[in-house]
Amino acid sequence: MDKDPMNRDVREAAAYAQEGGTLVFGPDKPLRLDSGGRLDHVEIAYRTYGTLNAERSNAILICHALTGDQHVASDHPITGKPGWWTQMVGPGKPLDPHRHFIICSNVIGGCMGTTGPSSINPASGKPWGLAFPVITIADMVRAQAMLIDALGIDSLFAVIGGSMGGMQALQWAADYPERVYSVVCLAAAAKHSAQNIAFHELGRQAIMADPDWRGGDYTPQSVRPEKGLGVARMAAHITYLSEQALQRKFGRELQRDGLSWGFDADFQVESYLRHQGAAFVDRFDANSYLYITRATDYFDMAAGYGGLLADAFLKARDVRFCVLSFTSDWLYPTPESRAIVRALNAAGARVSFLEIDSDKGHDAFLLDEPVMRNAVAGFLASAGHARGLGHETLGHGDLGHGGLE
Amino acid sequence: MSPAEAARREDFRAILGMVRPGARVLDIGCGEGLLLEMLARENGVVGRGLELSPANVSLCLARGLAVVQGDADHDLADFPNQSFDYAVLTQTLQAVRRPREVLAELLRIGERAIVSLPNFAHWKMRWELLTCGRMPMTRALPRAWWETDNIHLCTLRDFTILCDELGLKIESSMALAEGQAARPIDPQRAIENWRAESALFLLSRK
Repeated sequence: MDKDPMNRDVREAAAYAQEGGTLVFGPDKPLRLDSGGRLDHVEIAYRTYGTLNAERSNAILICHALTGDQHVASDHPITGKPGWWTQMVGPGKPLDPHRHFIICSNVIGGCMGTTGPSSINPASGKPWGLAFPVITIADMVRAQAMLIDALGIDSLFAVIGGSMGGMQALQWAADYPERVYSVVCLAAAAKHSAQNIAFHELGRQAIMADPDWRGGDYTPQSVRPEKGLGVARMAAHITYLSEQALQRKFGRELQRDGLSWGFDADFQVESYLRHQGAAFVDRFDANSYLYITRATDYFDMAAGYGGLLADAFLKARDVRFCVLSFTSDWLYPTPESRAIVRALNAAGARVSFLEIDSDKGHDAFLLDEPVMRNAVAGFLASAGHARGLGHETLGHGDLGHGGLE
Repeated sequence: MSPAEAARREDFRAILGMVRPGARVLDIGCGEGLLLEMLARENGVVGRGLELSPANVSLCLARGLAVVQGDADHDLADFPNQSFDYAVLTQTLQAVRRPREVLAELLRIGERAIVSLPNFAHWKMRWELLTCGRMPMTRALPRAWWETDNIHLCTLRDFTILCDELGLKIESSMALAEGQAARPIDPQRAIENWRAESALFLLSRK
């Protein structure tokens, strides 16, 4: 047993397997879509961390949020920044590649390698653009199920996600209850509210108002609607933060001494938002933004069940659910999570719920929130115990790493 | 262990004897999940909890318990009709804003309710009030009037009258006292209203 924690961390960090790739599905395995259509050629880009155990019982699927991607715990290939969820995924973290086989794939409609509107349409040889079919959260989940099948996994130990990722996690429980052992749903909702749709419409209109959008046909014309996409991101970014967080971070602080008496970024908050918009366009596709926001707007789990959300979960009674919300999240506020909990209770499912006190707004689920970390760690550890997962099954017992049992 | 906590644990032992094996139980105000854990281990109970404190909910999650954050006054409405065999509320009814509504809710959610509460007519209470003229502070009610969470204290007699008004049947009653095994009582008898420091009831609808 190594007594030096620093030394141990270094050894552990290097000790787990990481893989990434793209799976290609041809016309023999078409992706059926909620819109009625189908995609005969689908590529799914994904990353994995850790090793699938012999029983194939330790796989966790992470579902990413609106503008997230599969690079959960490894550096982003475009920005070079660390993975978006390193607080939660890594050795000694709640999702631990030493005990779990962690999978994350880019959603259908995305722009990080999975088929989306910027992919080549096999029929025309040109990017799909607006010819790409409108997709839904359930379509994203169906594509993930194809990936899980291809990886040889019958049943996932956990499906976990925040925001749009939480919607996918819920959809997994509704559509594949027999294939999911537990679900963690963070800062999400079972439907998009009028306000959610309104903010997304604002973003879409900003993109479509950009003359460089060209009816979605911008790539063949060698232009990009960067202004529109940047504005969409700026507006959305405000909804990810709480008023307190913005005030604490920026207040009325100025960029330089005195006002410009013009329309430069006088205030630090303006400069910050402009930076967020500009950085976003480097890594995201405008048409993907249209399609993915549309998918969340169309999301209403109860709609297919006569408006009774509980009925969506009737077959998921044996799934363990952990639902978490944040006090200052006004995008998907706590009552949305409580509605999910109420439905799960009504369905007789095994649900836990915690509202976490945080002033960081919706983005809290991406940040270092110890209460969230502990709750998810405790939930997964006890679920792992019930499923018979132990670190000895992973073949890393010789490393003697500490962790939750 | 605080005196209130000790009283709770005395309740737990008596509750274990009331709950039939394999039942579905909702523990309202489940704290760190001790009762739910005992019920699962000893009675094979399928348990759920409702708990106000986020830290306690976190502890319950780590124990593998299914617990929802919320309080008895606001969040019982989230549970469907008759979804549990027992709804349990230990030493809490006197601290809720609307005890009458909460009591009715327990028997909407559960086929039976198990409720424990301190008896304000216990002789020590009467004696302290009579001799000192001040709000009594006892083992069951250890805090001063200005800092106590107990805003709706009642006597055994008060409670049986309320049950009657709500059409609830008291199936069994126990007197609880420090360091003693729970003692079956007839809550209608005036002597028990003097003697029981705290009482535990098994309720159903008439």
